[in-house]
Amino acid sequence: MFDLHGFGPALVEGTWMTIRLSLASVALGLVFGLLGASAKISDNRLLRGCGGFYTSVVRGVPETLWVLMAYFGTVSLMNWIGSYFGNPHLTLSPFVAGTLALALCFGAYATEVFRGALLSIPPGQKEAGQALGLSNARIFWRITLPQLWRVALPGLGNLYLILLKDTALVSLITLDEIMRKAQVAANATKEPFTFYFAAALIYLALTVIIMAALHWFERRANRGFTRTEL
Amino acid sequence: MTLGERWELLVRWAPQLLEGTLVTLQLVGIAVVVGLILAIPLGLARASRHWYIQALPYSYIFFFRGTPLLLQLFLVYYGLSQFEMVRQSALWPWLREPYWCALLTMTLHTAAYIAEILRGAIQAVPPGEVEAARALGMSRRQALQYIILPRAIRIGLPAYGNEIILMLKASAVVYTVTLMDIMGVIRTINSRTYQYEMFFLVAGLIYLIITLLFTWLFRRLEIWLKVDASRKR
Repeated sequence: MFDLHGFGPALVEGTWMTIRLSLASVALGLVFGLLGASAKISDNRLLRGCGGFYTSVVRGVPETLWVLMAYFGTVSLMNWIGSYFGNPHLTLSPFVAGTLALALCFGAYATEVFRGALLSIPPGQKEAGQALGLSNARIFWRITLPQLWRVALPGLGNLYLILLKDTALVSLITLDEIMRKAQVAANATKEPFTFYFAAALIYLALTVIIMAALHWFERRANRGFTRTEL
Repeated sequence: MTLGERWELLVRWAPQLLEGTLVTLQLVGIAVVVGLILAIPLGLARASRHWYIQALPYSYIFFFRGTPLLLQLFLVYYGLSQFEMVRQSALWPWLREPYWCALLTMTLHTAAYIAEILRGAIQAVPPGEVEAARALGMSRRQALQYIILPRAIRIGLPAYGNEIILMLKASAVVYTVTLMDIMGVIRTINSRTYQYEMFFLVAGLIYLIITLLFTWLFRRLEIWLKVDASRKR
């Protein structure tokens, strides 16, 4: 279809990097989201304030800025930390900085999704766990979390699709993902349209695959439930 | 660096920061207004019951919502110049300029999202109201003009407000094609002063303030249009 001038394998490598980056970010982002949601619905006013501060600040600032901040803005901090471990040139790699920034943004939106899902679980479930003498951690892990997924999954799926597109921003801090591989190929061959269009097709293909996977997960999570239909 | 020196630095660069903010606001403002105009036919076609009317807007929306804005921007700014035909065309003086490329990309991008919002809003209009309009003898066109669209606008307004804020944040990538928006100015300042932490913080604050202002403004608009009143039923 296209003549990729031998840059095909490079694009495949970039795709693999994008997938790894998005999975790493989503894993960390889910943790942030769960922590944020727990803080937001806690009885402690200070924790609630922290949760609210986290979501409104992170969601009010562009993802691009978070990515740049995580990479360029942490240099002196990391050097300072590194100097205690005998490596004053310690910095974050583009992958780590990108993961941190994307997870931060994903987590802020996921906080709202989890909060809604947590509130949808009847309080009687937790009370039943307490009556059985389970610890709070165990109640969360064994009773709340399994039911949380079912409600939170559609919202989280949308966020994952948004995150996938945000991974392109990490090319700005020189991580070799799809976007950057396409850029390198475009500069080398002087055929920018070919490579950016190829990259666009890869993103669309990933979107379709993720949508299919989400559909499967949702069906699985909804075993034994009937769906409300209008 | 003392606090006084930092303050001096901030004051020295304040005019450029203000200019950058205006560029960002201008780009976003034009994009979301023109995007809305483009989105109306797209959204209407998406809500159609005929697959052949849906197909084209669906592919458009699928492409623009499925790929990153940064990629779309590069596709327009760098990509189009690959074709001799484009370079010979009458549009080339505009397509060569980063400003027009960014504006074009942002408009096409946001139009796809707004069209989906509009489709959702149209489909959320209670069918009974449309049937009532038809029962009163309104034509399809009249029902659309007097009942469906005014209702859909109220239903879709909060989502449109969100889209403006998302566009504001997404616009931060236009500095990559050498535009001097907020991020472009920040990059220039950083390369002169090396005060990365400080000026990233300043950029974050500028975006945060604009976001909060927009949120407040839209809440006023929703109250004025009685969005809540129409939703309560």
